[in-house]
Amino acid sequence: MFDWPAFLSPDARIDFWTILVGIISNSTCAVVGCFLVLKRMCLLGDAISHSVLAGIALAFLFSGSTTEWPMFIGALFIGLLTSVLTQTLHTFGQVGEDSSMGVVFTSLFALGVILIGQFRDVHLDTDCVLYGGIDTVALDSITVLGREIPRVLRSMVPVLAITVLFVGLLWKELKISAFDPVLSSAMGIGAATVHFLFMGLVSVVTVSSLQAVGAIVVVAMLIVPAATAHLLTDRLSRMIAWAIAVGVVSAIGGCLLARNWNVNAAGMMAAVAGFQFFAVAIVAPRYGIVSKFSNNFRLSLRIVTEDVIAVLFRLEEGRNANAAPVASREQCIRFAGGGMLARLAIPLLRTRGLIELASGKTLQLTQRGRELGESLVRSHRLWEAFLDENFQLPADHLHEPASRIEHYIGPELQDRLAEAVERRDVDPHGKTIPGGSKSAGSSKSTTVPSKPTSDGPSGPSQG
Amino acid sequence: MTYTTLVVLAGTSLLGACSGLVGCFAVLRGRALTGDAVAHAALPGVCLAFLVLGERRLPEMLLGALITGLLGIATVSALRHMTRIKEDAAIGIVLGVFYGVGIVLSSFIQKQTTTGSKAGLDSYILGKTAGMIVQDVILIGLASASCLAVVLLLYKEFKVVAFDPGFASVQGWPAFRLDLLLMTLTAVTVVIGLPSVGLVLVAALLIIPAAAARFWTRRLGAMLCLATFFGGVIGAVGTLVSARYHHMPAGPTIVLVGTSLFVISLFFAPRRGFIARILRARRTNWETFAPGDEAVGVALASRVGRHQERPDV
Repeated sequence: MFDWPAFLSPDARIDFWTILVGIISNSTCAVVGCFLVLKRMCLLGDAISHSVLAGIALAFLFSGSTTEWPMFIGALFIGLLTSVLTQTLHTFGQVGEDSSMGVVFTSLFALGVILIGQFRDVHLDTDCVLYGGIDTVALDSITVLGREIPRVLRSMVPVLAITVLFVGLLWKELKISAFDPVLSSAMGIGAATVHFLFMGLVSVVTVSSLQAVGAIVVVAMLIVPAATAHLLTDRLSRMIAWAIAVGVVSAIGGCLLARNWNVNAAGMMAAVAGFQFFAVAIVAPRYGIVSKFSNNFRLSLRIVTEDVIAVLFRLEEGRNANAAPVASREQCIRFAGGGMLARLAIPLLRTRGLIELASGKTLQLTQRGRELGESLVRSHRLWEAFLDENFQLPADHLHEPASRIEHYIGPELQDRLAEAVERRDVDPHGKTIPGGSKSAGSSKSTTVPSKPTSDGPSGPSQG
Repeated sequence: MTYTTLVVLAGTSLLGACSGLVGCFAVLRGRALTGDAVAHAALPGVCLAFLVLGERRLPEMLLGALITGLLGIATVSALRHMTRIKEDAAIGIVLGVFYGVGIVLSSFIQKQTTTGSKAGLDSYILGKTAGMIVQDVILIGLASASCLAVVLLLYKEFKVVAFDPGFASVQGWPAFRLDLLLMTLTAVTVVIGLPSVGLVLVAALLIIPAAAARFWTRRLGAMLCLATFFGGVIGAVGTLVSARYHHMPAGPTIVLVGTSLFVISLFFAPRRGFIARILRARRTNWETFAPGDEAVGVALASRVGRHQERPDV
């Protein structure tokens, strides 16, 4: 063992132990929490963390001491009981799952409070369970290898070791049962056994961490780091690593801030964890709220701009090839469905060089715009032809799905669709599918002046 | 029986009755644990109200509790709709984080003020009925009366939303707004229950009477009446027991009385109770495997009976 550096004051040593206890407690919770979040069993974790209070009280009733091991056995028993009773009430009593959970854990918690209330003379109070004892954790120490360490570490370190061992040994089983419970049953992994063992682990971890952060904040430490990690990655191993990181940051930040402002450290840890979660929920690269909205916005904008291009292309197609197609800005906006996005689309298309200003105030496609329009209309008509050949749909039901999917069909899919419809060059409405073969010249030369379409009154946006 | 006991008794029975009534919709809607999230999320509101007021005034503190409680519900809903976080995790996050912020504020208040405010804030966590005064009972009575009025006025609407929200919105009911109203009723009930039952156990008052009443009937109207009655009885009996014995805090005692009632219903209720269902199953087995002419008749009759009973659930 090392000696304390001389520059560390006694205060700093207390901080060191407080933070270390926080880190160990939070990391253990974070690992277990990942599986709770993935298995959608967060509320069972919540229920167990409340009902272990009864376990602690019962353990004291039978053993007469407040040492750790009877407490762990009592909590393990009550934790498993919570899980089994909830399930039993749900299946055999026909009580809703959330209601049965609510009945079981509040009853056990109430029992715990009343039992603990009976032992007035011993050091076992509900305050510690509700607020957590991490502020004073360094004051109650034991001597190990000639060095004073906080008493709670004697149980927390083994629990961390058990958690790591459990997850390491049952990695594959836990992973499969987390992501695909049906598959895991089908593969003969005893889903019930794994579930039962896991519930046992949750109970033990809860009791261990409850000594530091209390019965309710432990819910935050179980779920929040794991949920934060869930927003950051799709891989289980990385999720666990992220969750531990969030837990560690919460422990360090929470303890330091709590010391600075002289407030409850367990609550502060939950608050720091919550801050990280909400920050990540907003800015996470893939699953954050901002990125989700900006992706939706970009997609809507792309669809609107492509609609304008496709409409202009159809206008061009319908006219004499030599006459410039004419559409005013207002018409274009109307074709794109009106609204803010459509107004935004026109200048965007011009800066991208897809449309240009023709004489007067009218707009026309550039060569690049024409190619894009051709591709879109080709996708559209290929899809109509495909639907027509493979499904029994009336002709007026083809346009709508095609105008939705035309934005998602790339060149490769176009080729496969073209093969599927045996290189038909006319769509079900009798219009030429443009861009059929690049060698056959541009589509404009093969454009057939189409007869007025029978598929609706709204003109150029159809067909 | 002293005057103080009578006041407390009136308060807790009213509270129990109101929780039983509102809890029916929460239980039927599968939202039993939303009440739990509201209760935990109310703690920072209580503390903030105390910080703003500088003293302990019940109505203002409950208003603070209601505001952060509703904020908690809104956060659960936002997380569920705008991120990949599922409802269970969202409830856990709101519950844990809001409670954490609450105890940070509460410890801050304890350090700031030297006088006995600690006990005042503590009682919101585990509940304390001893300090209940007539004004508190009037507050509970007003809240209960408004809950009852809303439920009576919108009985049909709530019924549709509770059993089939999809159908409700297809039929053109404002399902979302009705749902919001139900959640607000839940939040109000939870908040008025906070001072006496405490934030950890107040959810039990919502769940237990309703879940117990569900065993006895399959009609919503009867369930509402029964749950209201059960809630009132639980509140009264729990308070009496807690007053009679030492070291029996009212909140947990009320909950345990409720649990006993729930267990009795679970076993002894006709039709849906454990014993009735086991007996029925045995009779069916016997009739199936050893049928005499008469037995087949009985089996058919009971089966037909079951089918007839089903639609009015």
